[in-house]
Amino acid sequence: MNKTAEQYWKANIRLVSILLVIWFVCSFLFGIILVEPLNTIKIGGLGLGFWFAQNGSIYTFLVLIYVYAKRMNALDVEFDVHED
Amino acid sequence: MDLQTLTYIVVGFTFALYIGIAFWARAGTTGEFYAAGRGIHPVANGMATAADWMSAASFISMAGLIAFNGYGASVFLMGWTGGYVLLALLLAPYLRKFGKFTVPEFIGDRYYSRTARIVAVICLILASVTYVIGQMKGIGVAFSRFLQIDYDTGLFIGMGIVFIYAVMGGMKGITYTQIAQYCVLIFAYTVPAVFISMNLTGNPVPQLGLGSTMADGSGTFMMDRLDQVVTELGFKEYSTQVMGSKLNMFVYTLSLMIGTAGLPHVIIRFFTVPKVKDARSSAGWALVFIAILYTTAPAVGSMARLNLMNTIQVGEVGAAEGNLAYADRPQWFKNWEQTGLLTYEDKNGDGRIQYYNEKNAEFAAKAEAWGWKGNEMTKVDRDIMVLANPEIANLPNWVIALVVAGGLAAALSTAAGLLLAISSSISHDLLKGVFMPDISEKNELMAGRFAMAGAIGVAGYFGLHPPDFAAGTVAIAFGLAAASIFPVLMMGIFNKKVNRAGAIWGMISGIGVTMLYVFQHKGIMFVPGTSFLGDMGPNWFFGISPNAFGAIGALVNFSVALTVSKMTAPPPDHIQHLVEDIRVPKGAGAATDH
Repeated sequence: MNKTAEQYWKANIRLVSILLVIWFVCSFLFGIILVEPLNTIKIGGLGLGFWFAQNGSIYTFLVLIYVYAKRMNALDVEFDVHED
Repeated sequence: MDLQTLTYIVVGFTFALYIGIAFWARAGTTGEFYAAGRGIHPVANGMATAADWMSAASFISMAGLIAFNGYGASVFLMGWTGGYVLLALLLAPYLRKFGKFTVPEFIGDRYYSRTARIVAVICLILASVTYVIGQMKGIGVAFSRFLQIDYDTGLFIGMGIVFIYAVMGGMKGITYTQIAQYCVLIFAYTVPAVFISMNLTGNPVPQLGLGSTMADGSGTFMMDRLDQVVTELGFKEYSTQVMGSKLNMFVYTLSLMIGTAGLPHVIIRFFTVPKVKDARSSAGWALVFIAILYTTAPAVGSMARLNLMNTIQVGEVGAAEGNLAYADRPQWFKNWEQTGLLTYEDKNGDGRIQYYNEKNAEFAAKAEAWGWKGNEMTKVDRDIMVLANPEIANLPNWVIALVVAGGLAAALSTAAGLLLAISSSISHDLLKGVFMPDISEKNELMAGRFAMAGAIGVAGYFGLHPPDFAAGTVAIAFGLAAASIFPVLMMGIFNKKVNRAGAIWGMISGIGVTMLYVFQHKGIMFVPGTSFLGDMGPNWFFGISPNAFGAIGALVNFSVALTVSKMTAPPPDHIQHLVEDIRVPKGAGAATDH
């Protein structure tokens, strides 16, 4: 692997790792592990933990994929590995 | 116009639309049959993926499970959406760069082994057929309600229609039809939800209605009212009830997420976008369209439960007049009794319906003092809730007809996509790839169609005695995909050192462990009465239900593959170069062009 490809891959891994940490936090941590303490905080008629488990995590997933696609497309250009 | 006629018209119209599109876009070549040719726009692809993805389990079954499991059903909501993050970040762009037709083809090339390819085909078929069994349950429910017949007959008619439908078109026909189906199903799902949310909370947005106060002027939150209504009848509190244990919920969610990223009929979608860039955004678009339904489902489930309880428990709990008289039962109740999916038995002979949790000992004692002799709603199949929901809420007939059409669209689109994945893996991977390399295109297509017919027959047979509700059966399919396909795909891209032996033993041990666990609790090949350990909590490994075990299987797969790879020779140089090559988008060929 040449130098640029290696750095590109490292930057990719770093981005994916950060996004996957957020992925874990908004679903498994907020929605399941910490659901009881978070439920003491109410938004409308719902506990915050319940909201994350049934709605909030899904909104976060959308943002994660959006950020990933945008950042990766920028990285492609930066490291000159884009198509065409 | 009466409901039945209206339903025939709406369903008939949507079917004519799908068949018309399928005919207009029917596949001519093998390439089109499997992968819809090149150049499907990411938004269109996302919409078709969403229709492919949201099956009878999402449309018909999930809100019913939410209605009865409350917070515990969050595993389905998070599990079936969070997997798209894994798919977009870890698999889709690389598989698109690789650029072949099928998932086993990638596994066979990356692990330089025909054996690996065959093992992948077998895993894929096991997962897909289990998935189709779940769809068949949903199709049976939808058709039995639509035609007012019993479940078994509904299932047989459904099988016939799926057969005609899937065998006629290929991927190309299916892609365009699925866009139409997405529109029908999302409209059918959200319209009643808006009506019901409006009626109950005065807020037309179901996502907001879920957290709003009741429209009756009491100022009570809808969720608090629901918690109160169900606990008064001895049921668990809606907003806090867990499914099994929190550990089980964790593993269940993980299993569904990994399974999402391992299911062939979804992955195959990303082979068909024009560029690597588009593979990334396609997953995002798919999730946008999926999220519309998934964020609505919690409102549909909770409000359906509230309406159901209020229909039966019309007055104060314990008062003689508090329960609905059976003679006064509404029309929807009678309609569903006809399908055999809703049953009532007047245990105490008072002519009224007592619906409560008889397994709650404390409450059952209280109930006995009132002269209640057990729960009289002897069967309320979870899978009827979404279809019955608009009737329970007294919505206009056209909305009810629309929901039936939407349910059929959801079940048909997924069944067709899955059958295509099954047929391509048999005709393309097994016959052309391994056993009969010089098979003609025409015969390959023919073999694919025979494979579909076989799969429909098998799935229909098991659909007569499904191992679980539609969503539960589908969860098992996800477990199988999670335990076999996802780990080898991910390691194939992210770890250059995993070799042939590692991948083969990883897949075999992962799916083996999962199947053993499922079969020992659910019966060998799901045949009732053959389970050697009962399907219940105390016998489960750390309280993990069989539906959730795929995550453990995936863990086994990863560990076995990495260990075996360490002990055997590393992959040859050209394979390591192949891996380096798929990691960068540059130089990707046209989609599925080879």
